[in-house]
Amino acid sequence: MVHGHDLPLTIARIQFAFTVGVHIIFPAFSIGLSVFLTFLEGMWLKTNDDRYLNLFKYWLKVFSIVFGMGVVSGIVMAYEFGTNWAGFSAKAGPITGVLLSYEVMTAFFMEAGFLGVMLFGLNRVGRRMHYFATCAVTTGTLISMTWILASNSWMQTPQGYVIDPKTGHFLPHDWLAIIFNPSFPYRITHMGLAAMLSVAFTVAAAGAWHLLKARKNGTQADSTIRLMFSLSLWMIVVTAPLQIIAGDMHGLNTLKYQPAKIAAMEGDWTSETRAPELLFGIPNMKTEHTDYAIGIPLLGSFILTHDINGKVPGLKDYPADQRAPAPIVFFSFRIMIALGGLMLLCGLWSLWLRRRQRLFDHPLFLRVILAMAPAGFLALLCGWVTTEVGRQPWTVYGLLRTKDSASPLALSSLSFSMLFFVAVYLFVFGSGLLMLIRLLRAAPEAADNASDDIMILGSHHHTVSQNKDAS
Amino acid sequence: MSGLAFYLPFIWAFIVILAISVYVILDGFDLGIGMLFAFEKKPEHRDIMINTIAPVWDGNETWMVLGGATLFGVFPGAYSTLLPAFYIPIIIMLGALIFRGVAFEFRIMAHSPNHRAFWNTGFMAGSTLAAFCQGCILGGYVQGVHTSNGAFAGGAMDWLTPFSVLCGLSVVIGYALLGTTWLVWRTSDELEAQCRRWSKRLSILMLLCIIAVSCWTPFLHAPYLHHWIAFPNILFGLPVPLLVALAGFLMWRTLDKEHAITPFLCTIGWFLLSLVGLAITIWPYAVPPTLTLWDVASPVPSQLFQLVGTVILLPIITGYSIYSYYLFRGKVTKADGYH
Repeated sequence: MVHGHDLPLTIARIQFAFTVGVHIIFPAFSIGLSVFLTFLEGMWLKTNDDRYLNLFKYWLKVFSIVFGMGVVSGIVMAYEFGTNWAGFSAKAGPITGVLLSYEVMTAFFMEAGFLGVMLFGLNRVGRRMHYFATCAVTTGTLISMTWILASNSWMQTPQGYVIDPKTGHFLPHDWLAIIFNPSFPYRITHMGLAAMLSVAFTVAAAGAWHLLKARKNGTQADSTIRLMFSLSLWMIVVTAPLQIIAGDMHGLNTLKYQPAKIAAMEGDWTSETRAPELLFGIPNMKTEHTDYAIGIPLLGSFILTHDINGKVPGLKDYPADQRAPAPIVFFSFRIMIALGGLMLLCGLWSLWLRRRQRLFDHPLFLRVILAMAPAGFLALLCGWVTTEVGRQPWTVYGLLRTKDSASPLALSSLSFSMLFFVAVYLFVFGSGLLMLIRLLRAAPEAADNASDDIMILGSHHHTVSQNKDAS
Repeated sequence: MSGLAFYLPFIWAFIVILAISVYVILDGFDLGIGMLFAFEKKPEHRDIMINTIAPVWDGNETWMVLGGATLFGVFPGAYSTLLPAFYIPIIIMLGALIFRGVAFEFRIMAHSPNHRAFWNTGFMAGSTLAAFCQGCILGGYVQGVHTSNGAFAGGAMDWLTPFSVLCGLSVVIGYALLGTTWLVWRTSDELEAQCRRWSKRLSILMLLCIIAVSCWTPFLHAPYLHHWIAFPNILFGLPVPLLVALAGFLMWRTLDKEHAITPFLCTIGWFLLSLVGLAITIWPYAVPPTLTLWDVASPVPSQLFQLVGTVILLPIITGYSIYSYYLFRGKVTKADGYH
């Protein structure tokens, strides 16, 4: 239970979870979407097929909104480490602060510098330079992901540091070891694929909506939409299975370096061989037991160790004050896995329909794909809840406790910021979401003078704005 | 203290001051343009104003992220003390910057005139509030932060004093002047003429603010006054007010003439001189009046590793930032739009 003196810490934690949870959606969206945009523009340059250009312009508008929301919610994160987590910043700043600075210098500036060209510059710079700008923005998003995941992974599996005996500060000892820490390769692969998969489902859902609409109107959707739908489903077919393999490897890595997290994810209390895999249960931290457990024999050991005789950890192996809150982690992990399975099935179903040439006109499939629009992002959030709540009670795993990481703030200050952020985020990002939905409900437009070398990218933008103002 | 442990914080203090100065100037005119939405109601003028900054504002704002991240990595002792000390104004500033930032896209994507009017107001209010908070933070910083054992130990509202409010207003006025002089340079005809008139009024107000803050600051702490009047410091300090007067004179002369960019450069001059003046005042404290640069600095390996990257990357960043400004150069008119 939350005691009075724990309340500021609890609010600080909820606030961080809320602000980073909202934020992570946008960079993940930007990463996946910028890769998709790079592909679309590249295909346009290669084939001169205007459908690619139309799709590029359509998703570029979405990108500009999503990217903007990522920037403003990201600035909050850059300052929140200091405002709310001064203890962590003072001790781990010499490592994580440096990694964050590299992220700013190698990624944020590059994205921001070339975004203007990408959004507004096609007629000023010509096709090739514009494509270069698109690639630069995409590279920026990928570099950004690399640094922030290096930093996060270092906090999960720290190495390459020494602790200053006088101050307790983390001193960098070997930067390569810090960056390429044991969980980093798995985490970045898992997150990169998650971004692609999330965007693929969003694009597919937009396509499904237009296909269903055309079907309702008794017309056939134009080939641009069919192309978009088809491309997104190919993306799902490729990334969904890869993601399951990457997730499995990440799990093995976690078992090796953070076995207590695995115990919480699985709701296992005693370490055992030939362990079952629980499909359901309610882990009870007080009685040290998982109630109402329904499990499949041997599967737990097999999944975690790839051997039915493998030994899996139990929460009782660890002192009570070093256990993650199992109920949260247990369920977030299962929701993620279930969504992953559904996404894989969607991919397989699309292959089957494609073979039977029913991809674009199978109403149930289209409705399922539409309903799956947020599936990737939900799975991604559940994954982050699993890994972040699962590493509690530590910020730097095994070394710095969360309660020693907080700022010396008054309860009133934290309550103010919590309410303020919730109000601002729900309003602003809620509005943003509505605008995205409105944008996606309009079909991609055919470009004027699309074959012309001089393209006016932002002019539509601008004309719309002037009309609106005049009215 | 020897060698690198002594010299590196010097270099880093210079880089941090540079990053903050670049931020203040670049995002200063963005925020100033936002504030001008309070006075400029014509939709076509508003579009032109936005279009002068739409391709570059995001990069401008990134300098603030660089400032924060650099403090985090190189001066974690300052980052972990100052941010809790200015908790309330920082949180409000972040919220204001959210409104300002999304308004660039949201006002264009708005689905009805009312909706659009709302985001225009959000753009204006967010810009103004963010500027005011930045000024309050600066004022609160100069007046000092209560610490104990290297951690913040003051109250949540310590920052709020008449001095910090004066600084808040000064920054609002200064950014507005940056905005109007930027528009003198980047727009034409009616809008340019209007901005020249605004610039005149704002420049008088800003000069008064500079004088007021400058006269007040030395009396906040004894060492501050000492910095300015002790010999030989006075030799370095004296040119600052003289240069302020010179820049003001030049701005006033050129606001009536064809020199499109000169008033903007003079405003930048005022900002740089003010920031240099503050740096002279506070030196060598990172968290006045108790913690010096060396008290709050990272260990040498952190500072060195980050310095290598900074020395290589900052020139590259500057290069493509200039390219982006160059690409979208020239007067923006209604006909030209974005494009």
